[in-house]
Amino acid sequence: MFSMSEKELGKKWDRCLADGAIKLGTGLGLGIVFSVLFFKRHTWPISLGSGAGLGMAYANCQNNLRSHYMLHRGDKVGLSMEKID
Amino acid sequence: MLRACLRGANATARKNYRRIPLTSLQQCRHYTAGESSSASKVVVAGLLTVSGGIGGTVLYAKWDHKFRAAVEKNVPYSDWLLGLALGPAAQDPGLPIKKRVELAQPPSMIEKQAKKEGAEGPVKDSSPAPSQPAQSLEEASAEATHIISAIGEVPSVPAPCDTEAAAVKECNECHEHKEATAVHPAPTEPMKERPVEEVAARLAQQEQEEQDISASVSASLEDSLASSAKATLQAIGAQEAALQAIMQHTDKLKEAMEAEVLPEEKSNQWKDLEAALADRTTALNDARAALSKANESLDSLRSVIDESKGLKISSVRPLVLAAEENLHNMVVDLDKMVMKVQSAESEAKIVSQYSELVNEAKRQFQREVSSLTPEIQANWKGLTGKLSTDDLNALIAHAHRRIDQLNRELAEQKVREKIHIDAALEQQKLEDQKALDNAVNTALQHVKEDARLDQERKLAELREVMEAEMRTQLRRQAAAHTDHVQDVLKVQEHELKAEAEQVLSSKMLEQETRYRQLTQEQLDNFTLDMNTAYARLKGVEEAIDSHVVAEDEARKAHQLWLSVEALSYSLKTAEADVPTVPLENAAQAVRDSCRDNDFALALASALPEKSLQRGVYSEASLRARFNSLRSLARRVALIDESRNSLYQYFLSYLQAALLFEKSQEAPPSQLSSEDLDPFKLLSYASYCLEHGDLELAAKLVNQLRGEARRVVEDWLIEARLTLETRQVVNLLSAYANAVGLGTTQAP
Repeated sequence: MFSMSEKELGKKWDRCLADGAIKLGTGLGLGIVFSVLFFKRHTWPISLGSGAGLGMAYANCQNNLRSHYMLHRGDKVGLSMEKID
Repeated sequence: MLRACLRGANATARKNYRRIPLTSLQQCRHYTAGESSSASKVVVAGLLTVSGGIGGTVLYAKWDHKFRAAVEKNVPYSDWLLGLALGPAAQDPGLPIKKRVELAQPPSMIEKQAKKEGAEGPVKDSSPAPSQPAQSLEEASAEATHIISAIGEVPSVPAPCDTEAAAVKECNECHEHKEATAVHPAPTEPMKERPVEEVAARLAQQEQEEQDISASVSASLEDSLASSAKATLQAIGAQEAALQAIMQHTDKLKEAMEAEVLPEEKSNQWKDLEAALADRTTALNDARAALSKANESLDSLRSVIDESKGLKISSVRPLVLAAEENLHNMVVDLDKMVMKVQSAESEAKIVSQYSELVNEAKRQFQREVSSLTPEIQANWKGLTGKLSTDDLNALIAHAHRRIDQLNRELAEQKVREKIHIDAALEQQKLEDQKALDNAVNTALQHVKEDARLDQERKLAELREVMEAEMRTQLRRQAAAHTDHVQDVLKVQEHELKAEAEQVLSSKMLEQETRYRQLTQEQLDNFTLDMNTAYARLKGVEEAIDSHVVAEDEARKAHQLWLSVEALSYSLKTAEADVPTVPLENAAQAVRDSCRDNDFALALASALPEKSLQRGVYSEASLRARFNSLRSLARRVALIDESRNSLYQYFLSYLQAALLFEKSQEAPPSQLSSEDLDPFKLLSYASYCLEHGDLELAAKLVNQLRGEARRVVEDWLIEARLTLETRQVVNLLSAYANAVGLGTTQAP
């Protein structure tokens, strides 16, 4: 109904942040777990995990933000107005 | 440098102010003086340079006007300065120069003319050349004045000219007329055609006059004839009497001479002779008087005759002729008598001469006798008894002597007699000759007179004959003339008839055409009137219909207007952040109210669907939304298809944080490429929004690209919707207003 395109970015950022938080947390957790379980409480798995998580979140965020500009497989580029609408 | 110096001075002044103002000042002065020496040098040098430059510029400008103009153009306030220094600009002297040039031109032109004329006639124009310019000027001025005066006089000239011309013409005509009349008075009379009665009257009048004149002439002639006849008769009688007296006298004289009668009878005879002489003289006098009278009367008669001849009237001529004949006869008789009298007179003269001679001889003898015998008395014949013998002897001797003498004288006389007779004969011959001449002359005159009279008679006869002939000829000519006149009249009649008929026909034609024209005009006018009336009627009908139609239209327009007003009101009742009510109903109402109005229908259907279904945002809400949008758009200003990594996002955010632009800036009328910067666009757009120009704001926002564009997309759509709807509603309301205005009937 009332589509506010200005809110989209905010939403994206929210998702980004949420995703980032989740991934970071998950990465951290997994890192901690793996550090505790398999890697004798070295910090490198934690940082690896958190870094991986952060990285994944960053990539996701970026992808998300870019998603509009990227052409997806199967998309037909048409010049109709409906797409914009 | 100066400023620094001043600042330093001030600072020191402020520092030293509290201490001693004077010294500070002095110190200042010192302080400044020290430095000012070099500064003054600099100042002086600068001033010199500047003044030198200005002076040089001024001087050069004075010398070179172009430079001055360039300086005035390029350097502001230099024109004031240069004007102050040098006086007004070089343009002013140009005017007097031009004037001088112009003034010099006419004299130069005149000189050129003079030169030309001088070139043409170099010989004579040497001296008049200088005067020619003046002359030409004068002439030109004179001509100019003439022209001006002539122009002034022109209106008045034609009038006198006309009258003069007319007068001249009239005069000419008069002269001509007079001349014609003077030269040909007689021919003009017959040239004018007078009516017959006038001619007849004139002729009758002329005849009457002639008759009167002839009567008077004849009367006068008769009178004069009678008087002259009487006088002539009297004269003749007198002449006869004179003749008789002369004859008597001569006879008596002869008797007295020849007869030897007794002395008493002699004395009687002498007495009778004297009486006869006296009678003769009286008779002669009477005769002479009568002759003179007769001559007078004859002269008067002749004058009368001449007068009547001078009248030249034909009827008088025979009278004149008769009078002339009578006159001639009388003159002839008179002359005859006079001749007779003259001959008798001559005879008597001879006789008297003879008697005189005798008397002379007698007297001589007596004288001699008396001289011889003085004592003897005069009448010696009666003295026979008294004489003595001596006396008788003496007397006889004397007588003898006398007889001898007388014999001698007789012989001499005989001799002389011949001579005398010859002389007398000669004399007689002469006198006879004279008398003959006179007679011949008188006879000649008479004959001449006779001949003349005959001639005149013949002339009169001839004239009559000629007159008669002329009359016949004239009659013939008159007849011919009448024939000719008749013919000519006939021809003229024909011609005139033809002309008149032509004129008549043309006039008739004219009249007919005019009549037709008039009727046509009337018809045309009538049809025009009818047409106008019909047209007016039609117009009135149409007006009424149109009124009805207009009222209908007005009603519809009202409805439309009302619905459109409702629509626009519904547009306005939009609260913030909430769109208006769906405009469907209002639009439907509008559509209903303009069912047969295509334009309005089209407009009504042009309302966007979304506005109908959903309603539109108000401008205020859009404005508020924009304000929040703005910051977001600023933040993603750097993001577009090529730059959309997270780093770019960071950079974009950083840019938005660091970049400051005016919150509202008036947009230029034309956007240049540097205005397409999103920040500027946003400031322009917010300015427009603040000033209520949503359209321009939308246009400006439309220029955003990339992510910013994506962000403001929805706002743009909403704005577009609102604008569209508003436009349509505005159009509709304008249309409704227009229709309403159109249908309202002005009072």
